[in-house]
Amino acid sequence: MNVLTWAGVAVIGGAGSLLRFLVDRTVGGRVGGTFPFGTLTVNITGATVLGLVTGLALNHDAALLAGTAAVGSYTTFSTWMLETHRHGEERQLAIAAANIVVSVVLGVAAAMLGQTIGARL
Amino acid sequence: MLSLDGRELAAIFAGGALGTVVRAIVGTVFAPDPTAWPWPTFAVNIIGAFLLGYFTTRLLERLPLSSYRRPMLGTGLCGGLTTFSTMQVETLKMLDHHRYGLALGYTTASVAAGLAAVYAATAVVRRTRVRA
Repeated sequence: MNVLTWAGVAVIGGAGSLLRFLVDRTVGGRVGGTFPFGTLTVNITGATVLGLVTGLALNHDAALLAGTAAVGSYTTFSTWMLETHRHGEERQLAIAAANIVVSVVLGVAAAMLGQTIGARL
Repeated sequence: MLSLDGRELAAIFAGGALGTVVRAIVGTVFAPDPTAWPWPTFAVNIIGAFLLGYFTTRLLERLPLSSYRRPMLGTGLCGGLTTFSTMQVETLKMLDHHRYGLALGYTTASVAAGLAAVYAATAVVRRTRVRA
């Protein structure tokens, strides 16, 4: 691990964050409504790709760049929690509860799907 | 359609780069064990949720409108610092190792602590009076 790897983590992390912003905004803008479909889309697609990366069993630096930096920055825990909290605050408890349950169930299933595909590549 | 603001994108990139490096350092220094509690991911996620609750509430409800602070600190820094995908893959590995109680506990504790962190941060900001 060296300076170049860490510079890569920074650049890839910035790019992953940008991609999250663009996907979230595009999906949110097209679907509309109050359910946070943008964040859900980002998190579930990211969980699939990280499962795939894990299934590939890459070396340490490659896993750091592709997994931790790229996919890790693309998905978000904090926005998921903030949006859930704000829906709860607005008394939209069904949306808040659904956002937790759907994300957790689809998240693990997506990671499993990705890992299965990755292990066969 | 999408209208892109170059400075907003630069702010997200810079914040995301910093948040990702911090998360990667925490994950490297405290190397995870698939059969134990994933403290690195848990810690960055809960701290990131607190920070996002703090920044978002403060920037939307307490400070004059700024175009670049929220993208930099919220979308960039907190988004890059926290991760959903790693949490799900860690949970999957626990299930693969037949650590069902650990997987359930990790998921439940992450959601409960994450929501509590946003709640606490929001309350802290709202307790202070609006600046004249």
